[in-house]
Amino acid sequence: MEKSHSKHEWRANTLPAMVMVGPVTLVLLFLVVAPLIFVGIMSLCKTDEYYNVVYDFTLVNYAKLISPDYLKIYLQSLLIAFFTTVICILLGYPFSYIIARTKSKKKTLLYMLVIIPFWTNSLIRIYGWRTFLGSSGWLNSLLMLLHITKEPVDMLYKTGTTILGMVYCLIPFMILPLYTAIEKLDTSLLEASSDLGAKPVKTLFEVIIPLTSSGIFSGSIMVFIPCLGYFFVSNILGGGNTDVIGNLIERQFKSANNWPLGAALSIILILVTLVLVKIYQKLGGDMDSLGV
Amino acid sequence: MGHIVELENVNKIYGTNHVVKDLNLTVEEGEFLTLLGSSGCGKTTTLRMIAGFEEPTEGSIKVEGESIEEKEPFERDVNTVFQSYALFPHKTIFDNIAYGLKMKKVPKDEIKERVKEIMKLVQLEGFEKRYPSQLSGGQKQRVAIARALINKPKVLLLDEPLGALDLKLRKQMQLELKRLQKKLNITFIYVTHDQEEALTMSDRIAIMHDGILDQLGTPTEIYESPATKFVATFIGETNIFDGMVSLVNEDDVQVTIENGFISGKAEGFRFGEYITVSVRPEKMKYSDTHVHGFSIVGTVKDYVYVGSVIKCIVALPNGNELKLERLAGQSLPEIGSYIYPYWEKEDAVLIHSRENSIFEALDNITLA
Repeated sequence: MEKSHSKHEWRANTLPAMVMVGPVTLVLLFLVVAPLIFVGIMSLCKTDEYYNVVYDFTLVNYAKLISPDYLKIYLQSLLIAFFTTVICILLGYPFSYIIARTKSKKKTLLYMLVIIPFWTNSLIRIYGWRTFLGSSGWLNSLLMLLHITKEPVDMLYKTGTTILGMVYCLIPFMILPLYTAIEKLDTSLLEASSDLGAKPVKTLFEVIIPLTSSGIFSGSIMVFIPCLGYFFVSNILGGGNTDVIGNLIERQFKSANNWPLGAALSIILILVTLVLVKIYQKLGGDMDSLGV
Repeated sequence: MGHIVELENVNKIYGTNHVVKDLNLTVEEGEFLTLLGSSGCGKTTTLRMIAGFEEPTEGSIKVEGESIEEKEPFERDVNTVFQSYALFPHKTIFDNIAYGLKMKKVPKDEIKERVKEIMKLVQLEGFEKRYPSQLSGGQKQRVAIARALINKPKVLLLDEPLGALDLKLRKQMQLELKRLQKKLNITFIYVTHDQEEALTMSDRIAIMHDGILDQLGTPTEIYESPATKFVATFIGETNIFDGMVSLVNEDDVQVTIENGFISGKAEGFRFGEYITVSVRPEKMKYSDTHVHGFSIVGTVKDYVYVGSVIKCIVALPNGNELKLERLAGQSLPEIGSYIYPYWEKEDAVLIHSRENSIFEALDNITLA
């Protein structure tokens, strides 16, 4: 009796649960957890003189990472990420506000303007920017055609160019959480604020921004973190002058062929990310809005 | 007492939807005026136009004689209590109430003083540091009222402020609001769909129906002499008879209805016109025999006990039902017995029917 009952329960509850969750668990286990452990192990390995990985425990890779050259790039990477985030907020907030407050068909159109670029590979879009900004690109041709400048303006391979590319790639991640937060905002609160004598600017700072800070917050996290790793943007638009942490990792795995060092850098980047997310959570951020 | 708010020929049209039609309304200083009507009648839109959240399509709105249609809500000396309270969830109760004064850049010490005073007035002392989510519905309501009143507005607009409260609390708040209004002597414009609430609280009631102001008057006027069929049915319970004037003898009017004829007293009615007669259940009488001027007969169908009164349902031959109301303990006819319902002619309210427009149109054609 007891046994058949438990068998029945297994069939009713455990089996369906396993069927549903099983495949995802396997995928995560083999494609996320196992590689991560492998990266962790590799970061603690040595290399021989030909840069072959030798499975011998060492902390030398981590020791290398605190050299001033690396520290300079961490700082540069954090600054690029910071400015990218700030620009994304400044550009994304008014746009999100407009989408969230627009009614009817226009809203879908504006929303699609944010989503559609996602359907093209970001690498191609970044190459597009290089063509557009290059010395014989459209923008320079246009400027010369209009006699605004005599010679092509050097626009590529600057920190600003990299930030531009980063903003371009990452702004949807700012707009979407902002949109969600602004749409939830109760219009009667804005009316109440105005009713009580607040001019629009006051209402913005007293009511709108404080009540949508969760969106600003999660958007910032979702822009800041990928920005540390988007090496291709800095490769294509920054021409090697504006490295982010992602570039260091890429270089160790490819041209330098020093996998253990690359692994150690990856671990550092993961730790930075975890710390930022932890801070976000501590400050009362909503994990759901990060898609975690 | 002067006119504090004047609406002149105010119209509001959304696309093809004519929400407020040619509204003329004058609000006296210090009065408690209620805009009453069912949902979609334009009462909330009217309130929102006074507050400045909506612009009238046509017409002018004046506060103390000054046109305000062009003014933004933050430039108007009126304040609103919202149906949903609209308290700022990220601010404490103190900061919520102080908001209006802060915007006017009132010195901090004075703000403290005035907030303290108003919180005492609405019995919210000790709640300064709490957040709106930590309060009950009734307490939030008080905060919303305090937040608006602290600005000493010329007019306080209230949009169904008690709608979300349970019955007992609502009754209590009705009295409290009335007390506050009397004490502070501020003009209240109050929107509700609850006719009982309107009768309890108001100095005057404006009844709106389909965007039109049907009647404006004191609760007694509106109850005793409704101007339209809508007002008669909307305010309190009543018996409605639709018919045609079949006999006019000075102010004595006899009306033929489906079940016979009835009588009332009123001037300005003429033979042959369509008419609606309204008689309150408590004014209804009955007899065992025929009464002069009345020919309707009914069967007593049922009794309903409503506390101190008993309602008697009488079925007419065509299936329509009448209601008679008696105090408990008074004698009543037996169920199943035939009675002759009647009333004192003065107790009937005679209302010109809207269908007369056809009648008048025909009249004009013959004249032409």
